[in-house]
Amino acid sequence: MTFSLKTALLILLGLLTAILAPLGISSKFQLDVLTLIFFTAYIGQSWNILGGYAGQFSFGGVMFFGTGAYTSSILLTSFGVPPIIGIFAAIFMGAFLGLIVGYLSFRSGLRGSYFALITLAFAELLRVLANSVEFTGGGVGLFLTYAPGLHNLQFNSPTGFYYFSLVLLVISLAIAMWLERSRFGAQLVAIRENEDAAEALGIDTLKCKIYAIMIMGGMGGAAGTFYAQKYLYIDPPISYSIALSVEMLLVTIVGGMGTVFGPLAGSFFLHTVNEFARHFIDTPGVSLIVYGFILILIISFLPNGLVGLFRRTRKKKDDNDA
Amino acid sequence: MTMMLEVKGLTKRFGGLLAVSAVDLEVEKGEIVSLIGPNGAGKTTLFASISGFLKPDEGAVNLDGRSIINLKSHKICQQGMVRTFQITQPFATLNTLENIMVGAYSNTSDKNIAQLNAERVADILGMTSLLYQTADGLTVAARKRLELARALATNPKLLLLDEVMAGLNPTEIDEIVEVIKGIRDNGVTIFLIEHVMKAVVNLSDRTYVLNDGKLIAQGTPKSVASDPVVIEAYLGHGAAKMMTNGGKS
Repeated sequence: MTFSLKTALLILLGLLTAILAPLGISSKFQLDVLTLIFFTAYIGQSWNILGGYAGQFSFGGVMFFGTGAYTSSILLTSFGVPPIIGIFAAIFMGAFLGLIVGYLSFRSGLRGSYFALITLAFAELLRVLANSVEFTGGGVGLFLTYAPGLHNLQFNSPTGFYYFSLVLLVISLAIAMWLERSRFGAQLVAIRENEDAAEALGIDTLKCKIYAIMIMGGMGGAAGTFYAQKYLYIDPPISYSIALSVEMLLVTIVGGMGTVFGPLAGSFFLHTVNEFARHFIDTPGVSLIVYGFILILIISFLPNGLVGLFRRTRKKKDDNDA
Repeated sequence: MTMMLEVKGLTKRFGGLLAVSAVDLEVEKGEIVSLIGPNGAGKTTLFASISGFLKPDEGAVNLDGRSIINLKSHKICQQGMVRTFQITQPFATLNTLENIMVGAYSNTSDKNIAQLNAERVADILGMTSLLYQTADGLTVAARKRLELARALATNPKLLLLDEVMAGLNPTEIDEIVEVIKGIRDNGVTIFLIEHVMKAVVNLSDRTYVLNDGKLIAQGTPKSVASDPVVIEAYLGHGAAKMMTNGGKS
């Protein structure tokens, strides 16, 4: 997919708005929500690379996040390594975990729901492990000290974290755009559409899938460091929470799998719905019902996600033009 | 004489079932060779064993003088042999151009070069008008062509075509026969499985006949078609005698 001038301008405009947004938003709460939206979009994009582009649905994507969070946090608390270096160790460990999980499961030909379940099992295994060994702090978790500064990837205002999440988001979008234009991306899509045919046409499907899960792992690792430095506390249930595994696939499916802007659109939409429901409905739990209901609607009527809605109308317009 | 493909003593078992039994065959450079046989004879299994999709139990396979036995299919493709599927396997949500580009990417990582090659192949196969249609909206005939186009885009030395004419009407068959001849004339060796006898006779220089996993005959398509052993394999015991006696047993 080549970007037209119009698309390029829109992207530039969006980026500019995002950069200037903190000037116009005075409420810390709103900035925090935006940070969360970007963060979820980022981690959704990591899921999208393996799930949306390569078609390998994982249900334990959180394992990379948790491993990254522990990597940089342990490096910081036990060895005094500043997180600005620790984040690269987290990326490395995430990618390495991806290599192991990918090799083991793809090597033995696990596909579809079996692959999803094995990733869930790995995430649960790591959660239990993190709970029982000593160097992770066990069930007590790890407390990080608050010491703002770029080398610690900590900031004394929400604006700092907002920009941190924006940087992550932009990197994830750049990766997805590169996939759309590159041979590797085309090969991943071919694997998603038909693995046998892809193999017959000379694609090393095993290698491609392992690369994809390694990219996902690296991205997840960085997300872990971000979280740990923002909230200054991690423990096994947070680091390996099934809820985050679900959230990353949810924003992607709602926004549009295998698209550059799907995870961002899904994240924006779901968080907005969530905040509105929470804000306007006082009865506890009802907001969740509303949230669930909207989810059902989208999945039933927009199988290609929100981005698919946009694409369909655009296609119709193209047809009319022709 | 240089052999593009040499298969020696190839055997494939599924449990107790001997699907392909000690098959020897050869395809020369520049030839079109066909493989025919009744349903269930093991033709597709033989193709899958040659192209690395199934692991043969015994035997040797050489492509252009180099052994490709036990290589994975993507490696075999990189060596210059590519297969198509009997049941078409398009990348359904991609359009024709993107489908063919996947094949073209096996020789280049440059998107523009891949696209140029894909467009060139589409032109050879008369698919230029379909370039931007998604594959799941294509007709059966177009999908068969797409299989061929994708395979051709990998720039192979040897094409294994598994029933590219099944389900096509006579006009479409005539068209694709010409296309395949054109591909051969451009220097690609072709080994094909086919049921459509008219096409087999028109196209192939030589024919092998497989029945119950064993080769039972080989030769020119016409000689094979009148071989009593072959007739019996297709029509049952005594059929050859009936035909020579003009229908009486």
